[in-house]
Amino acid sequence: MQRRDLISTFAAAGALTFAGRVWAAPKADARLLVVFLRGAYDAANVVIPVSSDFYYESRPALAVARPNDSTPNAALALDSSWGLHPALRASLYPLWQAKQLAFIPFAGTDDVTRSHFETQDTIEMGQALQGARNARSGFMARLADVLTAAKPIAFTEQLPLIFRGNAVIPNAGIASASKPGVDDRQAKLITSMYRGHALGAAVEQGFQVRDDVFRSISEQAAAGHRGAVSPKGFELSARRIGRLMRDQFNLGFVDVGGWDTHVNQGGATGYLADRIGELGRALAGFSEEIGPAAWADTVVVVISEFGRTFRENGDKGTDHGHGSIYWAMGGGLKGGRIAGDQVDITQATLFQNRDLPVLTDYRALFGGLLTRMYGLNPVQLDQVFPGVTPKDLGLI
Amino acid sequence: MLKNTFTNIFLIVTILCAASTAMAAPPPLSAADMMVLNRVSWGNSETASRTMQAMGREKWLKWQLHPTAADTLPPQAQAQIDALAISHSTLVQLANGIAERDKAVKQIQDPAEKQVAAQAYQQAMTDLARQTAARHILRALYSPAQLREQMTWFWFNHFNVHQYKSDIRPMLADYEETAIRAHALGHFRDLLAATMRHPAMLRYLDNTENAVGHINENYAREIMELHTMGVGSGYTQADVQELARILTGQSVTRRTDTPRLKPELQSQYEHTGLFEFNPARHDYGDKTLLGHVIKGAGRSEIDAALDILTHEPATARHVSHQMASFFLGEPPPDSLVQQMAATFQRTDGDIAATLDVLFHTPAFTSSARFKDPVHYVISALRLAYDDRVILNTAPAQNWLNRMAEGLYNKETPDGYPIDAAAWNGPGQMAVRFEVARQIGSGGAGLFRPDKPNAADQPGFPQLQNALYFDRLRQTLAAPTRAALADATSPQDWNTLFLCSPDFMY
Repeated sequence: MQRRDLISTFAAAGALTFAGRVWAAPKADARLLVVFLRGAYDAANVVIPVSSDFYYESRPALAVARPNDSTPNAALALDSSWGLHPALRASLYPLWQAKQLAFIPFAGTDDVTRSHFETQDTIEMGQALQGARNARSGFMARLADVLTAAKPIAFTEQLPLIFRGNAVIPNAGIASASKPGVDDRQAKLITSMYRGHALGAAVEQGFQVRDDVFRSISEQAAAGHRGAVSPKGFELSARRIGRLMRDQFNLGFVDVGGWDTHVNQGGATGYLADRIGELGRALAGFSEEIGPAAWADTVVVVISEFGRTFRENGDKGTDHGHGSIYWAMGGGLKGGRIAGDQVDITQATLFQNRDLPVLTDYRALFGGLLTRMYGLNPVQLDQVFPGVTPKDLGLI
Repeated sequence: MLKNTFTNIFLIVTILCAASTAMAAPPPLSAADMMVLNRVSWGNSETASRTMQAMGREKWLKWQLHPTAADTLPPQAQAQIDALAISHSTLVQLANGIAERDKAVKQIQDPAEKQVAAQAYQQAMTDLARQTAARHILRALYSPAQLREQMTWFWFNHFNVHQYKSDIRPMLADYEETAIRAHALGHFRDLLAATMRHPAMLRYLDNTENAVGHINENYAREIMELHTMGVGSGYTQADVQELARILTGQSVTRRTDTPRLKPELQSQYEHTGLFEFNPARHDYGDKTLLGHVIKGAGRSEIDAALDILTHEPATARHVSHQMASFFLGEPPPDSLVQQMAATFQRTDGDIAATLDVLFHTPAFTSSARFKDPVHYVISALRLAYDDRVILNTAPAQNWLNRMAEGLYNKETPDGYPIDAAAWNGPGQMAVRFEVARQIGSGGAGLFRPDKPNAADQPGFPQLQNALYFDRLRQTLAAPTRAALADATSPQDWNTLFLCSPDFMY
């Protein structure tokens, strides 16, 4: 309830008219978290095209039933064409109803290799497929370069390509965090050995972030969860990220694996339902932990390298496809809607008679969103996504 | 047999000759020698440097490229491996043992009892994976055939399987031993063929589900994309589907009977160990792979596909590129890849011959290879303990997990990245320093035998050893020397040395 009041206030205060179009005022304290579902999540079984008969014909074993209040396993109504997986009922459906969650179907890349690794790299680089690509330059690193007050961090054990570039960006695995054994004196001596070395900045930041993250996690653990069951797995990580992005960082990246469901993925229940349920609890936990004030300025974007085959395969699973469905969430989001170009899903509209088509390019989508969030000018945007025309879906 | 003995005698003579020249006046190892040693082996150690010095770099390299059965582990290390269950059970025995436990768990009615039994079952599988990791680490640390052990790691990563999928843990030891290590320096076609019929791979990439009428293309795609030609090298989605059809019917089974088959298919049925080719599940239609027509014929289609894939120029390039990147620590120059690929093609995919080209290119001693976590941990232990055999590999296994490069623990088939940028981010450096402190401070459990109530013995890592004083100290950067001079204890000195930029390459 409170949240809903907050959005309208912020939406009104944050908008201004510019050359006949409504643009969001650049916010100094805007926060962005990109969540990458590695392995290509089966978008069509999470954000479900419930009005498509072809969906039900294509997935006899996997389909989630059309919205129906009398059964808990039916999809939750989003609009007349789409429904949401029931595993998200308690976690994210309330955010949809509060208009803080939007879905962008038919989103993805023009990379048709159907290779996880290749397409993940394509997205993280954010550079045109044609022409020479710089494999050491990720688009979030370039975004951090053009923002004046960015405090970036990757919540991953390895520094992902998306954050590699000119400046060193810190990373910290947060699933486990124990008290550091290397003491301050040793840390100083070690840092001194790397002065002037290519890894100097990484070492310095490594110690800094190690201390920041450990302090934040200790405080959070001390505060407790008011008697609730302690969260585990990605939900625990996401709550820690929420706290860290409330207090210390404003440009974050995290990835979650386990979506490559070739075999027995389940429908309303089963493997994918469990994973999606955990993801939903994690994102809801993040929004709670970051707190209402910061949440109002935060945008979370959930992406994946591609979608999966629209038809189920012979093993009650799905294979590598093309178009996916992205998510955008945030306290100031103009959500509660399906954004971007759409097409009725029939056999005729499938890409290569196999997959969802891509109608919204990931770079154009991010370009439009970043322009609104940060007020980037065309020159700045071109540094992040060279040669891209932003597509403004009016998400904030 | 005869041939083996002959090679051994030849090798012993070679070593004796090398030893006698060594007695005369072994020239000290040059900086380039040290670099080659550090890179071809799992890291410099006193013993390894003495061996290279006695043999000379060229003979040493030739020996590393062509090790023999005579290159055995020190007895204390071998005894530890011999004591492992994986060393005296076959793949079938291990898999059956695990399956029996699973069956027993399913029969338990009481939920609490069932949960305990299910956990014990999982633990039994994990134990087999940890035994395999123990064997791997002991070989990396102490095998004289260092290059073979390095290439075993490389090829496992190239043909990666993930331990926690399904029942792969009991299969790891056999997969690593028979499919990977046996061919690590042999011919690429044999290596590819061995992985293609190994139950661990068939399970991992879902070929167990791939049958006529319901094709699963997961494995076929990774063969073309990762194992052979490389992504973007010219194959199409249609080629992937055709290869998937060729692979239909190859599966994993523990059955003891023979399935009922049409009489004309009975002779095609094959069941060896856990591997099964079931003609009833095979697609007998003709296929077109990369422009070559393969007549539907059953399992022999695999041989045709192996020939086509291993003779593709793209495969020679991709495999050469991967090996060069691994050893150089940076993307290799195109000219080098071409040179290696030419040798690969000329020698019918001889891995040792292809590596020989790489080892003699100028880039091999001029690039700086940042150690990934596996190389970091193993090289630190080799330098610290040389041929003093550790009694427990569990601490090393845990360090690798903590540094996010646990053995057999990469979930996706692309294996762990081999570029430095994947391993030297701020968070990773901070974790690496924590591990350095544990290695530098003493035993950390490395000398506590892996049995209940065993006492830990102090490790006394000897990083300030003869190799350090003779060779390494002179090369340290000034800031490293300054920091080491401020060490407050031997443990502190060790920690700082292992944290130094000088030890990261």
